Amino acid sequence: MNISTNTQWMKTDVLVIGGGTAGTMAAIKAKQANPDGDVLILEKANIRRSGAIAMGMDGVNTAVIPGHSTPEQYVREVTIANDGIVNQKAVYQTGKLGYETIQELESWGVKFQKDAQGNYDLKQVHRVGKYVLPMPEGKDLKTILTRQVKRHKVNVTNRVMATRVIVQEGRAIGAVGFDVRAGHFVVIQAKAVILCTGACGRLGLPESGYLYSTYENPTNAGDGYSMAYHAGAELTNIECFQINPLIKDYNGPACAYVAGPFGAHTTNAEGHRFINCDYWSGQMMLEVWKELNSGKGPIQLKMTHLDEDTISEIERVLWANERPSRERFHAGRGEDYRTHGIEMNISEIGLCSGHSASGVWVNENAETTVPGLYAAGDLASVPHNYMIGAFVFGRIAGTHAIEYLQDLDHLAPDREFLEAEKARIYTPLNQPNGIPHTQIEYKLRRWVNDYLQPPKSEPKLAIGLQNFIRYHETLDQMGAHDPHELMRCMEVHFIRDCAEMAARASIYRRESRWGLYHYRLDFPEKNDEEWFCHVNLKKDEAGAMRLFKRAIEPYVVDVDLHQEAYDVAVR
Amino acid sequence: MALITQRIDVPVLVDESKCLEKCTACIEVCPLDVLAKDPQTGKAYMKYDECWFCLPCEKECPTNAITVQIPFLLR
Ligand SMILES: Cc1cc2nc3c(=O)[nH]c(=O)nc-3n(C[C@H](O)[C@H](O)[C@H](O)COP(=O)(O)OP(=O)(O)OC[C@H]3O[C@@H](n4cnc5c(N)ncnc54)[C@H](O)[C@@H]3O)c2cc1C
Ligand code: SF4
Ligand code: SF4
Repeated sequence: MNISTNTQWMKTDVLVIGGGTAGTMAAIKAKQANPDGDVLILEKANIRRSGAIAMGMDGVNTAVIPGHSTPEQYVREVTIANDGIVNQKAVYQTGKLGYETIQELESWGVKFQKDAQGNYDLKQVHRVGKYVLPMPEGKDLKTILTRQVKRHKVNVTNRVMATRVIVQEGRAIGAVGFDVRAGHFVVIQAKAVILCTGACGRLGLPESGYLYSTYENPTNAGDGYSMAYHAGAELTNIECFQINPLIKDYNGPACAYVAGPFGAHTTNAEGHRFINCDYWSGQMMLEVWKELNSGKGPIQLKMTHLDEDTISEIERVLWANERPSRERFHAGRGEDYRTHGIEMNISEIGLCSGHSASGVWVNENAETTVPGLYAAGDLASVPHNYMIGAFVFGRIAGTHAIEYLQDLDHLAPDREFLEAEKARIYTPLNQPNGIPHTQIEYKLRRWVNDYLQPPKSEPKLAIGLQNFIRYHETLDQMGAHDPHELMRCMEVHFIRDCAEMAARASIYRRESRWGLYHYRLDFPEKNDEEWFCHVNLKKDEAGAMRLFKRAIEPYVVDVDLHQEAYDVAVR
Repeated sequence: MALITQRIDVPVLVDESKCLEKCTACIEVCPLDVLAKDPQTGKAYMKYDECWFCLPCEKECPTNAITVQIPFLLR
């Protein structure tokens, strides 16, 4: 194969890395705010069908719609579910701006469920409020967004993977990466950079052993977490892992958010309920873990008690949207919702603020701690932000970035930095018979399971950390035959960085919090006196990973956490 | 470094009799970029066993030439 290692140069005002949910919206909003500005989306896949919503979504999980709930109620609920560790001002944005985001999406042709009177048909899945808005016809979400990206004259470069953000004179001035098909090196000069690369979905190893059978789209390997870290930005709540209750082996949602409002619920093997709320939280996951360890498992999503019409309706939604291959998975095992519960299990760990809270630190304007570097979507820490939160923070990032750069010029990237990064990227191609990425990734992720999967304890975490640090040497031995394999190799680098961050943050917080997400057997209690704070981390001047406490920003909505502890156990 | 070639049951099947030589629809939409054209036959095939069983390839194929199976290890 002829692999070009020439350099392609590009220039733009705003560079959006990752054209998924948040990224497409960020680009559109930047263009709406200033149609004369140049906006470029750099996408590893093809924006038409990339990321978490490649096949749409079956519902909005966090819609605050007037008449059904208020932004303040929403902030309160998310604060309680996160044991108080939130930057409320950021969460508030999702509550305040979700409604107009939904309306704009609707004006573009996205369909949300309405009742007979034409009002949004919200469902209760959370503990208190009604925030779930079904999208039974949500399958074409991504193609609709792609049409808007084109209509707004956003530039798009597909099949280029970013590997590093360039930071000079204290601000983000572009990014580097490579074309995952042709292989050439790509340098983009920009005045502002928005990271929208999604979750770290390939951290733990799925029980099936298949590297790509993850809950998250496996293209999202923690790229943005690692790039933000190397850019010098702060990350936060990394020890608050993403762990989901999923269809065993299939590793996708079962999905109680869709089926729950129709009367389905999670039960143990005896058919008894053991949680009173199917909304995903660390506290819920701890109850699942306890149930499985008490001999009453396996657990299941139970629908056998529902009537034929209801089950057909649930199937119609679940088999057309989001993870439509659920249908053939069940069929292959001869299982039917009418006669079988759906066996569920505890997933491997990941990092994702869409579902939990682990991410790049951002304020309410989607700014990271590095000037000119913004973050939105699953990789930006705004707890439980889900899809609407990704859209909302995409909007905020896009409008703020284009305003921020008004008086700025491009900076010429430092040659030495570019050469060093180029050498790092192309190492595997120069040793094609080095160890294949598949084996290197398998072992790394198996260790993530062995040492980081909760319940956690210091001796285990410490061994994991040592293994991840030493794994640098193993990564140096990776070989790739073509640019595609090179993409997977570079993803393994990102996964290693995330594993080290996850180990260090978990060791640092010497208490238990967020239910199973950070359950320490050696410190089983919550300790508000010492740990009512964020644990942040960053790369210091010497290039070492430094951890520190960051105080919780003053609340904007009063919450009495002692009165309102999050508890979903059925006793 | 010694390397061997292994046989693997791959999840994506292409019915070559239906696959159009000039088309690349499935290849363009795959989020993992695992499909390619066989340069000899001009037909699409699964080049890398890295599949999220997400189905855009199957959905966007104009001739229904593609079948995505659940990968063997989790089937
Ligand atoms: C199976 C599943 C079901 C879900 N169900 C719901 C639901 O019902 N309701 C709800 O509200 N939320 C749901 N969510 C959550 C929601 O989908 C996400 O929170 C949201 O879509 C995240 O958006 P994002 O922009 O951060 O990531 P994505 O939309 O995944 O976008 C990330 C993009 O970055 C690209 N990328 C990654 N790395 C690089 C790189 N190095 N260079 C260039 N590009 C890169 C990827 O290809 C991708 O296009 C679900 C998520 C999953 C995975
Ligand atoms: S199912 Fe998804 S990941 Fe697999 S080949 Fe098709 S588009 Fe690609
Ligand atoms: S989309 Fe269908 S017809 Fe087109 S290349 Fe793929 S398999 Fe062939």
